[in-house]
Amino acid sequence: MSRFERQILLSGFGIEAQQKLQQARVLVIGAGGLGCPVLLYLAAACVGCIDVIDGDLVSLSNLNRQIIFSEKDVNKPKAEVAAAYLREKYSDIRIGAIMSFLTPDNIFQTISDYDLVLDGTDNFETRYMVNDACVLLNKPLVFGAIYKNEGQVSVFNVADKHGVRTNYRDVFPQMPSPHEIPNCSETGVLGVLPGMIGMHMATQTIKLITGYGALLVNKMLIYNLLFNSSYEIDISPNEAAQKNLPKTRDAFYKMDYKIACASFDIDSNWEEVLVAKMQAPENILLIDSREPYEEPKLEDIACIELPFDQVLKTSNRFGHFHTIFVFCQFGIRSRFIVMEMRKQWPQIKIFSVKGGMSEFLTHKNRKKNAS
Amino acid sequence: MSILKIKVIVFGIIAERIQTNELVLENIQDTDSLWRYLVEKYPLLKDIKISIAVNKHIINHNTLLNAETEVALLPPFSGG
Repeated sequence: MSRFERQILLSGFGIEAQQKLQQARVLVIGAGGLGCPVLLYLAAACVGCIDVIDGDLVSLSNLNRQIIFSEKDVNKPKAEVAAAYLREKYSDIRIGAIMSFLTPDNIFQTISDYDLVLDGTDNFETRYMVNDACVLLNKPLVFGAIYKNEGQVSVFNVADKHGVRTNYRDVFPQMPSPHEIPNCSETGVLGVLPGMIGMHMATQTIKLITGYGALLVNKMLIYNLLFNSSYEIDISPNEAAQKNLPKTRDAFYKMDYKIACASFDIDSNWEEVLVAKMQAPENILLIDSREPYEEPKLEDIACIELPFDQVLKTSNRFGHFHTIFVFCQFGIRSRFIVMEMRKQWPQIKIFSVKGGMSEFLTHKNRKKNAS
Repeated sequence: MSILKIKVIVFGIIAERIQTNELVLENIQDTDSLWRYLVEKYPLLKDIKISIAVNKHIINHNTLLNAETEVALLPPFSGG
């Protein structure tokens, strides 16, 4: 008896399809409203290797729809929380978390190793970038997107039986300008809508991997939650849209996806912290921005404990420090804090410590093992 | 001469701005004229980039309409 026995039993599916699922490597981009149901169902179906990439933290307003997360997860990195949750449930698949955002600089190396990619992001800039990179890498892309009470689903970059394939630009050739279409925080959304669309995405993914049933290839499904209706349209390659696609990596790097490449100067590392503290300890402040219950405490280097919501209080007087380093558990929360702190104290050099306490411990263990 | 009536189904922010999901329009000859007509009647549509499907097939150029035609106007969605 296996946990996917019911799938093997399903006529037309069977053990071969199940094996394909178990050998598949997928990347879920975004652990939000779409990402959460997608992850839950792909893991349940026993997709062998699932990685999720998201640089964001869980916030309270996510909880009506980002169903992996609980109240206790607020302010924690989404990708890591999602991965940990799924690992706890299933021991027979590999789940990985990448706690950062996709940018033009990292996208090719990030997505190249997967059989397919799922777009569960929440902004056009990333969607167009993901689409264009998938076209260049010839990578199947399972697409889902929502607006208010409606959703769109499609499978891009997969050839039909005539060898014809389409991508996002064949439907929407040009990226909308920044405020053309409002997002969820402006329009509102019922949790069940990304649930439905995420389910569609997971379904298309399972079918794509196993060859089971008909795919939304060269098609787009538009679902309306208010009227319980679906509208399916056919897509064909659009010559005009082809012109907007970068044809080479060089052309890709010249595109303006309006994605701020992760502030490359926001991250420092533990080596730099140690060196700075040694050279001029009175000028350097190290802040532990974790919650009081988070462990282990840092004993090796002097620091002050100022949890996330207290760091930004203007009553804090940091004026006499030249440099402030902020760390948290994984190095994600601290980036947010540092970006805000830099606005408030522009005259001080403020950095986030890459990898946080987790990185410190790894480094410490490595040194211990080496000696 | 019979009046050419076409059914226009709209989605997302388009439906929101014209306050309906479906329209029946008369005497619109082609898709370019259709969009021009709607933008004029509902100026809030002006800057939205849409995709048009005629009889459930996305079109890439101006397409003539006839009495049997069903047109769908699709804005892009980005939410996730």
